[in-house]
Amino acid sequence: MIFPVLKASSYILIHTPDTLKHYGSTQVTTRAKDSHDDYLKQLNRHLRDFKQVVNYAPNQCYIGNLLPDQLTEINQPWYAEANLLEGKRFGELGELMPEDEFYGLVKHVDSFDLVKLTAAFTKQVQEKLAEHPIFSQQNLALGAGNELSEIKQLLAEQDAAPLYFKDQLVGCIKRAHESDENLNSHVMLENLMAKASAYLAIINLQAKSGVDLSTVEYVVECSEEACGDINQRGGGNFAKAIAESAGCINATGVDMRSFCAGPTHALVNSAALVKAGVYKNVLVVAGGSVAKLGMNGKDHVKKEMPVLEDVLGGFAALITANDGLSPVIRTDVIGRHKVGTGSSPQAVISSLVTEPLDQNKLKLVDIDRYSVEMQNPEITKPAGAGNVPEANYKMIAALGVKRGDLEKKDLLDFVKKHGMPGFAPTQGHIPSGIPFLGHAIKMMADNTIEKAMIIGKGSLFLGRMTNQFDGVSFLLEKNSGTVAPEEGYNSEEVKRLFAAAMRKVADSLLGEGE
Amino acid sequence: MLKGKKLVILGDRDGIPGPAIEECLKTTEAEIVFATTECFV
Repeated sequence: MIFPVLKASSYILIHTPDTLKHYGSTQVTTRAKDSHDDYLKQLNRHLRDFKQVVNYAPNQCYIGNLLPDQLTEINQPWYAEANLLEGKRFGELGELMPEDEFYGLVKHVDSFDLVKLTAAFTKQVQEKLAEHPIFSQQNLALGAGNELSEIKQLLAEQDAAPLYFKDQLVGCIKRAHESDENLNSHVMLENLMAKASAYLAIINLQAKSGVDLSTVEYVVECSEEACGDINQRGGGNFAKAIAESAGCINATGVDMRSFCAGPTHALVNSAALVKAGVYKNVLVVAGGSVAKLGMNGKDHVKKEMPVLEDVLGGFAALITANDGLSPVIRTDVIGRHKVGTGSSPQAVISSLVTEPLDQNKLKLVDIDRYSVEMQNPEITKPAGAGNVPEANYKMIAALGVKRGDLEKKDLLDFVKKHGMPGFAPTQGHIPSGIPFLGHAIKMMADNTIEKAMIIGKGSLFLGRMTNQFDGVSFLLEKNSGTVAPEEGYNSEEVKRLFAAAMRKVADSLLGEGE
Repeated sequence: MLKGKKLVILGDRDGIPGPAIEECLKTTEAEIVFATTECFV
């Protein structure tokens, strides 16, 4: 069978400490309750600067400058000054961007003139982006900027959402409707930042892989945001809006949602579209979640550590027809958590891991790496959520022991050999399965691994429509080098087959006559 | 052991989800007054 391939992927992080303070859900709800709350007072002291964020090992791993295995060789806590790296802002698979440059991108992707930046700040951003290896070549729509007094007026009179950089007011985002809360300034800020970070991921994908974005026919956006108005909340469509900004002129697209499992669903669906021949090139993309900035900040402050959820995340992945080189997406090895699966850990892992493997006569140990929920444990452990990837690996291994695939004594070895440390920020959909795609492409090219299983899980119950959660998985495999045969038919071949069939009929008739 | 006790169950999506804990505790004489699953990531 000829399978579609994962041609390229990109990963971006944006350091957004001021957005964290003003728009992260933990900070917003705390401020609403008590604007003099101790946590809010202490927050500034626990925020990192851009250099610390660049030098943080998990961030270097996320943008492709370190393999997950290399992360295990670095002492923890990774955030400790002694364990910071000489990190690079630009990575093999993407980049880390500071907040001021990002505000420039938010302005650039704004189609309704909602983003207002001061003239002085606009000039500062233009100068910085002129040094950027990608954006220095592009004509960004930043405009001349506004007077600070105009920004202040919009804040005072029109409920605009202020934008700060290093605690200085540098702009605002206006509401998109006078009374519709689905288009208020806070929602528009969240959505424009999701759009701008997704745009940055695509632009990095293009720059790193050299793909011609005009060949993209379909974009699947898989974040956890919703855009729409009072009559169609969540009507969409981020995908087409992002495609437009990125210059995917021959694409349309769709938004796909399943909380954190969205990206894995999007990859499976995109692979199916390519395999079916509906589209040749499909781009999967997601930007970051403003609400989740500083989500566990109170625990981080309590533990006297930096507030590590200070970055927006984004990624993009390109699915194409088989090129004989890139890893194939095995559309015949798909796991899914069904409505009737149940919620016990063994039922969940069976549905996502062992059932699709059993159906294809593969063993648990045949999969070199499992990419599960790849949250950075330094973020989750202080908040009491434990080491999430490790917990998932232990559950896979325990099921293996129960089934007789592994000896009990080999359980922890399995976790070490087939697992990885978590290195992704807790941006919901961003850590779920997909952070390993770029590393997997590299490791398969280097013959380090042959098979990886990508597993996404989503907490549907948070939407209060069902108590169910969700999960989906697929197998990524090193390309055997067999490419798709030419499509259509060869008329000479048809004539030859037809002649052979006629000769067979004639021979048979002659035989009957004798 | 749990006779006459009221139970509130808080499950974890990446650990043991609420319905799975609930299923186990149905075999006891405790009264399950609330069960939920939360996502901590």
